[in-house]
Amino acid sequence: MMESMTASPVARRTGDPEITSHLVTEHGLTPEEYELILEILGREPTFTELGVFSAMWSEHCGYKNSRPLLATLPTKSDAVVQGPGENAGVIDVGEGWGVAFKIESHNHPSAIEPYQGAATGSGGILRDVFTMGARPIAIFDSLHFGSLDSPRSRYLFDGVVRGVGDYGNCVGVPTVGGEAIFDPAYEKNPLINVMCIGVLPLEQLIRGKAEGVGNPVMAVGARTGRDGIHGATFASEELDEEGNDSRPQVQVGDPFTEKLLLEASLELIEKDLLVGIQDMGAAGLTSSGTEMAARSGSGIDIDVSLLPVREQGMTPYEMLLSESQERMLLVAKPEHEEAVREVLERWDLQAATIGNVTDDGMFRVREAGEVVVEIPVIPLVDECPTYVREGVEAPEVLELRTRDLSEYRDFTSNKELLDTLKTLLDSPSIASKRWIYEQYDTTVQTNTLEGPGSDAAVLQLPTDGCALAVSTDGNGRFTYLNPRTGGQVAVVEAARNVACSGARPIAVTNCLNFGNPLRPEVYHQLSEAVAGMGEACRSLNTPVTGGNVSLYNETGGEPVYPTPVIGMVGLLTNLEHRVPSSFQHAGDEIWVVGVTREEIGATEYLAAVHGLVAGEPPVVDLNEAKQLVDFLVTAAENSIVRSAHDCSDGGLAVALSECAIGGKDGPTGFDVALDEAPSSVVSAAALWFGESQSRVVLTCTDGDGSALLQLAEKHGVRAARVGTVGGAGEDCQITGASYLIQIAADKLATIYESALPRRMTEQAGLTS
Amino acid sequence: MRVGIVRFPGSNCDTDMYRAVTVGLREEAIFLWHKSHHLEEVDVVVLPGGFSYGDYLRCGAIARFSPIMREVIEFAKAGGLTLGICNGFQVLCEARLLPGGLVRNASLRFRCHNVGIRVENSDTPFTRAYEQAQTLHIPIAHGEGQFVADNETLDELEGENRVVFRYVDDSNQTTLEANPNGSARNIAGITNAGGNILGMMPHPERHSLKVLGNTDGLGVFESLLLAVSERKLAAKPIHEGKMVGTQ
Repeated sequence: MMESMTASPVARRTGDPEITSHLVTEHGLTPEEYELILEILGREPTFTELGVFSAMWSEHCGYKNSRPLLATLPTKSDAVVQGPGENAGVIDVGEGWGVAFKIESHNHPSAIEPYQGAATGSGGILRDVFTMGARPIAIFDSLHFGSLDSPRSRYLFDGVVRGVGDYGNCVGVPTVGGEAIFDPAYEKNPLINVMCIGVLPLEQLIRGKAEGVGNPVMAVGARTGRDGIHGATFASEELDEEGNDSRPQVQVGDPFTEKLLLEASLELIEKDLLVGIQDMGAAGLTSSGTEMAARSGSGIDIDVSLLPVREQGMTPYEMLLSESQERMLLVAKPEHEEAVREVLERWDLQAATIGNVTDDGMFRVREAGEVVVEIPVIPLVDECPTYVREGVEAPEVLELRTRDLSEYRDFTSNKELLDTLKTLLDSPSIASKRWIYEQYDTTVQTNTLEGPGSDAAVLQLPTDGCALAVSTDGNGRFTYLNPRTGGQVAVVEAARNVACSGARPIAVTNCLNFGNPLRPEVYHQLSEAVAGMGEACRSLNTPVTGGNVSLYNETGGEPVYPTPVIGMVGLLTNLEHRVPSSFQHAGDEIWVVGVTREEIGATEYLAAVHGLVAGEPPVVDLNEAKQLVDFLVTAAENSIVRSAHDCSDGGLAVALSECAIGGKDGPTGFDVALDEAPSSVVSAAALWFGESQSRVVLTCTDGDGSALLQLAEKHGVRAARVGTVGGAGEDCQITGASYLIQIAADKLATIYESALPRRMTEQAGLTS
Repeated sequence: MRVGIVRFPGSNCDTDMYRAVTVGLREEAIFLWHKSHHLEEVDVVVLPGGFSYGDYLRCGAIARFSPIMREVIEFAKAGGLTLGICNGFQVLCEARLLPGGLVRNASLRFRCHNVGIRVENSDTPFTRAYEQAQTLHIPIAHGEGQFVADNETLDELEGENRVVFRYVDDSNQTTLEANPNGSARNIAGITNAGGNILGMMPHPERHSLKVLGNTDGLGVFESLLLAVSERKLAAKPIHEGKMVGTQ
């Protein structure tokens, strides 16, 4: 099929391999996709062009399998200034200020080299935010690992935490929240999702555009090396003959250069010297150059021999596809080229003008003047073939979901029940994450009003008296057993966390971590989860402003749990109204809001105590979820509640324990009768440890309960007083379904706080 | 009072310091670029926290050679009030303006949380707004904050009352548990022999704003304001035979 093409105007470069069907396959392109390339070019592509198509039509850049699904998500609201398709989404938070935010995965690199994988993940998402003209004010990390009983998981976990920490700490952006989940499903393929939040004056908002014929295109920052070249598996075969090594796939991060790039970029944007700016992230110069041109309907003409490189003899293929870190592509206003250079020089950064903007709609790349790539931009960027596949639920999942759980619904004694609570508080997914977040700078920039450990992190905004509340959430186990529910839960739980702090949820960014979409059962998970996510986002009026899709998360044919992660951003219009998560004052009334149902399927209780992943996950009533959010926000505005904590993993018993452990004056006692909580008729396990959605543990000042109840009724939310907050150091007592437990608050705190440090220090093995 | 905040390329607590001085204290602050040779007639020089030049080498080892350090060293040696926080403390030690040095935390991990520090000497230009032995709750955020020095130096520092802050627990005791980084004798901050240069690892600027719910750190800047006002009065020529006393 290759021989019959007409002579190419773009010469084949000496030393480049011939295009064969084998080579095309090696580049991850199907014969049909290759035919489309021939049609677009009207000729056979060069080796370099094949590399460019391969990168741009990969799942990562082209969203082949996910684009039709993502198109169903809501992306607009009054607050959204910039939706999907840019470096990051932007919302309006008033007084001329905007918030830019996005989440991204770095799963595969972190599975190989956890420290650098995580560090470069942080670096990439920071650049996505500051290239919008926003100053990053916070980082969140959503982490999923295998069991900490495994040395490999401990090694990965430790390396990732150091990597996220060292990068953000050095750049000076606090890491103030996130989640860490441990489950054998992630043993070989951990998930490392990092979210960044930035603030900007909206008039300073800049996009990744390449406008204005003749405008100079500049490469800034680190030199380009042979690291992370896409398709290096293939390339190494060819390169080996010349005696070169294949280079590591994982790049190395340099947070100091990142800090220089951050400051210099913001200075350039503030001084209005740029037309457009974009990170050279995945697929490096190729994606940044072509995407900027595509957004502007322009073309771009660059000469790679002008690109600063780390080593001699790099081919155009390598330079276009290198993923060397801490590099940016700028399009400057021509009259400002000198001024741009001055700013960059002040920050000791290298800048090279490598080409200019054209109006012919072509991505043209030269090597010392000779054209080696000439591809029309629009088909390359916007017309990547997409696929809608058939999804089928895996029979084994159906079996698990419909498993009879009756034998797990009761306990034999008060002691068994207390032991269950202790096991849950000691479960790494539930236990205190202090071991993680004390390795992160959480207070730099002096905006942190509520840091890690609370339901949502709360950050001061430059606007008068306003604050931002942010939470990341996802539940892989729920999504595995019922992907539609899992997609919904990620959204409503994140919204609940944000609303518990008193903030109104505004918008989300999403990260979709799934297996190989070519498998019908994985595609089923993906399409159902996205549908659930869309339903929940529409119901809560929290559109998706962008995000990331990470597929092929599997090792040896075993996919991870399908794990959609949501980063939810909410606005507190008066920071005086913010609500803490934990008990504040002895004598306060404890209330449970929302209905407990007979739902123990897919719970942490079943997984941690019985080693069982089965059952129907708790059902989400989207209307209920919305009413609860409205109620929480109004209650905060009226200063009725003193604390609010989301009830999720581990159910009511764990939620109450967490409120007590984090007590304002240290671990605090309480006295609660769970039978008082709003519920349908439920078993002991469902009452104590079930994970029914749309429930919150609230406290209010003694006597304010009637106002609270009135407000709840007004919002159609069921609420009941269940007990009273005790004093610091006192006992926690819970009764329910004819059981009673009593234990000192300090004892619960010790279990909760020591779970991670014990596992991370008792075995010396932090090696792979 | 005019505070000059040195801005190395990797400084990242510079704007926090600026807010502490201008919002917390309502005094003037300016930034001093590391490539400059002018201190702009500031009353106090602050070396803020961060990663001055990336600190891939020993922290602060490169910063001490940056252009502005020539003037900073001159200023400090002439008795100018100089405050180094976190990375700034590391730079002051590297520049030999303070004895000892700062090495990796004993835990070999970065640590960020509130610590208790006891004011060991409230008779310095940096601490006079505090009570002697008062405990402050202030964040630390560092990977290399373990203060080390030989015993002779440590004895000398203690003998001359130059240990200004020590890590303490909730009962105000200098216990092992209270020491977040393994610093010798729980030392969190020291001055030079002249008493005009302070280096400390905890971040008082992060607890200087009411909105954050804790202003324990503001006293450092209030103290500097008192010291600067006093110095200005002392330097003022006496007119009409009127002498203004100092408290």
